[in-house]
Formats: sequence, structure tokens, C-alpha cells
Amino acid sequence: MEKEIRKEEPQLMKGNDALAEAAIRANIDAYFGYPITPQSEVIEYLTREVPNRKDKNIVVLQAESEVASINMMYGAAGAGARVMTSSSSPGISLMQEGLSYIAAAQLPCLVVNVVRGGPGLGTIQPSQGDYFQATKGGGHGDYHLIVLAPNSVQEMADFVFEGFRLAEKYRNPAMILTDGALGQMMEKVYLPEDNSLPKNIPEWATRGKPKGGKQRVVTSLHIQPEQMEAINHQLLAKYEELQKEVKYEEIQTEDAEILLTAFGLSSRICQKVIDLGREKGIKIGLLRPITLYPFPSKRINELADKVEFMMSVEMNAGQMVQDVKLAVNGKVPVYFKGRMGGIIPTPEEILQELLLHYENLKVVG
Amino acid sequence: MSEKLYLDEPELELEEVYCKPTEALYDIPFHYCPGCGHSVVHRLLMEVVEELGIQEETIGVAPVGCSVFAYHYMNVDMQEAAHGRASAVATGIKRVLPDKYVFSYQGDGDLAAIGTAETIHTVNRGENILMVFINNGIYGMTGGQMAPTTLPGQVTSTSPYGRDVKMVGHPLKITEMLALLPGAYYVTRQSVHNPNAVRKCKKALTKAFQYQKLNKGTCFIEIVSNCPSGWKMTPVESIKYIEEYMFPLYPIGDIKVPKD
Repeated sequence: MEKEIRKEEPQLMKGNDALAEAAIRANIDAYFGYPITPQSEVIEYLTREVPNRKDKNIVVLQAESEVASINMMYGAAGAGARVMTSSSSPGISLMQEGLSYIAAAQLPCLVVNVVRGGPGLGTIQPSQGDYFQATKGGGHGDYHLIVLAPNSVQEMADFVFEGFRLAEKYRNPAMILTDGALGQMMEKVYLPEDNSLPKNIPEWATRGKPKGGKQRVVTSLHIQPEQMEAINHQLLAKYEELQKEVKYEEIQTEDAEILLTAFGLSSRICQKVIDLGREKGIKIGLLRPITLYPFPSKRINELADKVEFMMSVEMNAGQMVQDVKLAVNGKVPVYFKGRMGGIIPTPEEILQELLLHYENLKVVG
Repeated sequence: MSEKLYLDEPELELEEVYCKPTEALYDIPFHYCPGCGHSVVHRLLMEVVEELGIQEETIGVAPVGCSVFAYHYMNVDMQEAAHGRASAVATGIKRVLPDKYVFSYQGDGDLAAIGTAETIHTVNRGENILMVFINNGIYGMTGGQMAPTTLPGQVTSTSPYGRDVKMVGHPLKITEMLALLPGAYYVTRQSVHNPNAVRKCKKALTKAFQYQKLNKGTCFIEIVSNCPSGWKMTPVESIKYIEEYMFPLYPIGDIKVPKD
């Protein structure tokens, strides 16, 4: 099959499959995972494809639980390997303990969350309900993941490379926060070039003590409060440094009087809302955060000087809208339109909600 | 090495029968309570690593428990795992570094309560690692609570009237359970409560490291140990307790040995 895949030609692939293929091309050393809908295609693709790639040396292991997968990832990442795991919301909840340890021990690795509706066992339909969990830490203690939010199958593949690049540069776990629709849907994708992500074995990795050299320890334990706080400051400094990696996309913001904010799948739907609104003469623009952490607060604050109001469109009960409000800092009203339960909002219902606020604006104005 | 003793007559040539590991074990005092078995096992492990000349090829995984700081004493590359997850972490290391020696070191609460799933599945996969399991029947670090291996009727801070097996179940003989799994290559129960036991334990550890090169499955060594502080006993009393009460339930000896 791999002979048919040429980097020059686009493929028609499922999001989950494209992501898995990108992981092979990124030369991961290991993947540990546990099946869960709607992302089981990732481990299925890897267990099926990896044995056929004779030029690759990739461990693919189905663990007994997500708790085990994330800890296998801790061990392998601590040994200097390029490691990935993937899961969906309930499984990602089980990984939170391990993620806290990984963030504390500053191990680079990539976690993929193909989000489904919750809370609880919820539904297997797409959702963006894990925004808080992904961007605010998720597990215990003060830490952040680097969070990337793709909105196409193309980005499902590309962000594997970008995720590892950032994770390894900053020694921090990265997460691709996507959803069941992006995981399952098929689109045209130009797969990333094979072997194009450079790999270095870090000197801190536990691979057997160098002869006459110093012992390497991967740990998150710092019993002395002063020592622990120093580590906290080290992490904060790193997160500050990360701000320069902020990525976002702006669509028709130049003349916008109303700004939509949306990430992932919602941002695709909002593009249609812009067209529908502009047909009616309403100048709508869109800011799509591509990195959810670090968050494009600065740019949103700048745009608040140019628009009448903002509306955050999400497939949840209102999560990113809180970060938008913090960024806007009261300059203009920030509204919210969301659907939950695995339901994807239609462009029409988003526009209808937006028009309500637009009419009010005119009345008040 | 021989040393001249400053006796009048006659001059004695002394044979060296023991010396501390010089490289693999840091020359600092252990933080463990007086009489505790942990320090003996730490020393044995590092003696074996040094004698086999594999200090540069060994990666250890420390648990959550009294031995959480094992890497302060053992001078090999180490990772500190979350509570119960040491064998999953060791799996991750060994899978990406299959030519290295990997061991995990866990207590009874870590390995046989919170980490039961990881323990069973690591052995079931036959991961080519050494799992060291310290069974002292109690949660030492958190102050002496009941463990999965606490004896029936044994008083702990969470079984103040003695372990009531009707209420909380019987002690878990996880080592016997694991020996049933095809992935287990070498399963043995040892102790370090007297010099003879220490010598036998060291032999078992040596074998387990050597077997790791064969890639034939998991080596699992339970070491019945004491917790004088948690048991509220003197070290001497705790040794007697091991012999009188622990050994009847946790008998010393090999449980599964390689067939070939």
C-alpha cells in the first residue's frame, strides 16, 4: 500500500488514518494505546501498517488500559524515544494522572484526543467538551500541555509533525485536540514527507548511565518546598517562552464588525456563517486559534478594538469563550453559541443567534 | 586486599570477605528506619549490577512508597513512576531499549493494590524485565495502613482491631497468581531477614538479571521484608514476626523456575 502513497499526490483519507500515517512518517519510536470510539482507527492503522514498513523500527503496543498506555509513554519518553498515544475523552480522563507526571518530568510526547460528547460515557459523536481539560492542565498541579486544534484531515496529519516539533523543542507534552467528526471524515490530504522530522537523543534520557558520567533521573518528586517552587517557576518560564509559538488563522477580519471565534470543526462551520452573513450585508470575520495553548489572547484583544462584539462558537457548554472574555477584557460584549451532546451546529442556527445580538446592537446604537 | 592489624604477635593476614559496592551504590546513609529490609535489598541489587558489570546498561524504575527515593542510593539511570505504574513505565523503557537491563522496584501497596492491573499484564506480556516486589504487609510511607498483603488479624492503622477478612478480604498472594501466567519466566520468593536469606536472595537477583538477556519472559522476585516502624516492633521482634507469621503464608522458595 505504501508504494501507492507518494508525497506529491494527495490521498483521500480518514482523519484518524491520516494522523496514524503521519506518525509513521514522523518516525515515532513507539505508540501505546487502548481502543476507544471514535479513534480506534489509529491503533488499527498502526498495527496493520507498521509490520509492512521494513525501513521503520516502531513499537506498537495495545496496553491493558489508558492508565497503562500513558505510563508506558512516560517510560519510553523518559528513555528519549519519540512516543505517541491516542484516545478519546473518557480514555483521556484516565490519562490525566500520567500527563501531570509527564508535564512535571518535562518529557516530550504527543497525545491525541479525538473528543466525543460527555460528561461520563456520554456519546460517541463529536464534541469540543474537553477544551478546559486540555488547555488548563487537566490533571493535578500547575502545568500546561501544548494544545493544537486541527480543523481538517490535512491538519490532522500536519499537526503530528508540529506537535512533536514543539514537544521536543520545549520538553513538554503536546496534545492534538480534535473531535470524532474530524477523526472519521474523509478529505483530501497531502501527507507529510517521510523522514522529514529530525530526531535527536537528548542527553537527559535514561538509556544507561554514561561510563564515568552522571546518573540520569526522570522524576517529578521534589519534597523540599523551595525546590518544588523553583521547578514551578521553571515551568512558568517555559510557558511564557511558549507564547511566541501562538498560531491562529484570520478570515475576513480586515473589515469585520462582528468577530466569530471558533476552533477545530466549529471554525469550518463558521466559514459558512461568514458567507451567509455577508450575503445579508453583515461584515463577519473569524479568528480561529490553531494553538489553544498558548492562546492568541493578544490578537483577540487587538481585534476587540475593531469590532462591535464577538461570539464564540463551540461544540460544548461554553469553554473557550471564557478565554476569549479574558482576552477581550471587557472592551466589547462576548456572546456564546454552542451545541452539545455530539451535535454539530448548523451555519443557519449560528447566524440566527448572531442576528439576535446584531439587532440588539442596532436598537441600542 | 590484606591489612595489617596492630596486634603485638603474631601478625594476621585478613581476607576480605565483603566490601561495599563502590560505584553502583552511592556512599551515603540510607534514610530507611533502623532494621528495615529496603536498604539491604538496595545494596544487594547494586552489588549484583556491579558484579555483572552492567551499571551502564541498567535502567531502574522507582515506585511510590518508602523507596520512592531509590535513585538517591542506586547509581544507575532511573525513572520515578506514579503509584502502581512502575511496571508500565518499565515496559515503555524496555520496549524502546530492548538491549538494556530494566528493573522495577515496588512495595505491596504499589504492586498488589493500585498497580494490580499493570502488574498482571506486564507479566502476562512476558516483558523481559526484572520486577522486584518488597512485601512487608503494610503501607510504610503513609504511616502503617493495611496493605493487600497484611495478614489476617494483623493490626494496622486502618485495621486497628486486626484485619477482618470477612470485611476486607484475604491477603493477596499475587506472586503465586503471577507464576500461573505463561509470560512469567522465573518467579521466586526470598527474604533478607538473616545472613543466609540475604545470600540466597542475592543469588536469585543475579539469576534474574542474567535471564533478562535470554528474552524469555518476566523475572519476578518477591522479597518478604519487615517494617519495624509500621509494625510497632523492634527490629529483632520484627524478624521473629517474619519467621512466625509471614512465612507460613508467604513461604520462601522458587515458585516457577526455567524449564531449560
